[in-house]
Amino acid sequence: MALKVLVGCKRVIDYAVKIRIKPDKLGVVTEGVKHSMNPFDEIAVEEAVRMKEAKLVNEIIVVSCGPAQAMETIRTALAMGADRGIHVEIPLGQMDTFQPLHVSKVLAKLAEKEKVDIVMLGKLAIDDDANQTAQMTASLLDWPQGVFASKIDKTDAGLEIIREVDGGLETIRTTLPAVLSADLRLNEPRYATLPNIMKAKKKKVVKMKPADLGVDMAPRIQVVSVEDPPVREAGQTVSDVDDLVAKLKDKGFSSA
Amino acid sequence: MFSTPTKLSGLVNTLRFARNQSTLVLVEHNNEKINPVTLNAITAARALGGEVNCLVAGTSCGDVAKEVSSVEGISKVLVAEDAAFEGFMPEKLTPILMASQNQFKFTHIIAGASAFSRGLLPRVAAQLDVSPISDIIGIKDKDTFVRTIYAGNAIMTLKSMDPVKIVTVRTTAFEPATVGGGSAALEAAPAAAGDTADVSQWVGQELSKSERPDLGSAKVVVSGGRGMKTGDNFSMLYDLADKLGAGVGASRAAVDAGMVPNDMQIGQTGKIIAPELYIAVGISGAIQHLAGMKDSKVIVAVNKDPEAPIFQVSDFGLVADLFKAVPEITEKI
Repeated sequence: MALKVLVGCKRVIDYAVKIRIKPDKLGVVTEGVKHSMNPFDEIAVEEAVRMKEAKLVNEIIVVSCGPAQAMETIRTALAMGADRGIHVEIPLGQMDTFQPLHVSKVLAKLAEKEKVDIVMLGKLAIDDDANQTAQMTASLLDWPQGVFASKIDKTDAGLEIIREVDGGLETIRTTLPAVLSADLRLNEPRYATLPNIMKAKKKKVVKMKPADLGVDMAPRIQVVSVEDPPVREAGQTVSDVDDLVAKLKDKGFSSA
Repeated sequence: MFSTPTKLSGLVNTLRFARNQSTLVLVEHNNEKINPVTLNAITAARALGGEVNCLVAGTSCGDVAKEVSSVEGISKVLVAEDAAFEGFMPEKLTPILMASQNQFKFTHIIAGASAFSRGLLPRVAAQLDVSPISDIIGIKDKDTFVRTIYAGNAIMTLKSMDPVKIVTVRTTAFEPATVGGGSAALEAAPAAAGDTADVSQWVGQELSKSERPDLGSAKVVVSGGRGMKTGDNFSMLYDLADKLGAGVGASRAAVDAGMVPNDMQIGQTGKIIAPELYIAVGISGAIQHLAGMKDSKVIVAVNKDPEAPIFQVSDFGLVADLFKAVPEITEKI
């Protein structure tokens, strides 16, 4: 009984880029800046592909919500091994107030429409650092969740998931269908090979709008400002351990 | 009783005021003691003004409820004790939070940011159809919050337009409330509506046991990265930490390489801490690691690479071989 997976992925500013605040102090400069698939979503796509290779899954649908460029992210997922894609178009101007709440409504509707068994997401997006979407999607569907997963195994009754939590690791079991979110150590994503990138161009991608799914996009937040964090005063190099220890003792740090 | 329109509008205005000032703090605990993150959340809740209530849900709540009720400034402590809450599974706890919300109509639901609250509160927010606000570092007013984005490289102030605000609080940004001096009333939490199907089950946990100070509250933290090369080499960091009374953390690289367990990870998606002193040993200083420690009061870096980005944030940088430098620091500090 092979499963159907819906994987969500988000196009974000690349993790290595130094971000700059816009002069209007209402956002971050995105124009002309290198973007990539959110690293946690790469891990989510990879996990779905591995499940397909293990014959646990027979179809992977990748979905991304965003402006036209979200297609790049979908193509990357298709090149990694997803079967088909759904691009939910969000105008660029609405992206600043497009929240996990809205995304989770889109994903919940798609999960029902496509009759999937697993919704697989990245734990968090490295731009908003929210860590909410998987939990909210699960809640809307009234499905169990396995979030911050570092290992996912199929059992007779459903899934066994090892999660990374504050104190270490936690093991849970869920029935299917379920919503999962990938943590850093779940797997190491593959690079899409050139042949697969070429093949991906032929895979089907359907476009739709949130309204087509009956999802209301009305903003729930108003961005008041986006600012640089406080700047740390420049530090100094110390010449040797004696110098360091003296400076630390000066600041009041010594053996307990 | 409300014979005149002015008396009625006065009452309505009072109710409106009361409606604007009522917070529920979700208590995190282990059925024995409060988790310290809750004390930071209580401070944040008090900063909002108005009534602060707490919810303790678990399999054995007596001691925790008592401890919570002794924190100053709490109006009442709602207690929900049930064997079904083993493992604090979010699918089981969501209905209990919903029942309390439906009865008391809080304007804010708050918890300390942690794996527990991150797993649970967004579930509740989805049920209430509101957009949760995670990991705040400041409160401007009852609707307006400050949080970091892009791994702490930008600070966003946002105004929530939702009628109920669901908020998790970065513990480094709020002082912990003191336990003692308070005497809140204890009350049974309203029962959850309906039956939750058994769709998820807590199997067990592997928690790192340590005598060392907890990373979230340690005044000094010594942290190791890729440069440590092996988990065994961390013993020199433990020796230094012992001398300083410090906690020990690690970068993602060290955890990924299997040197140390995941609960030691400091960074954007690990623990975010701000101790008095952070000593980064063999850590290059990637953006994602800095996100977890750049608010530390004093940062020391020990790395043999003079170009390592960590030196851009450190107050004192020592370019040296850590395998010689660290034992020497331990000896001389």
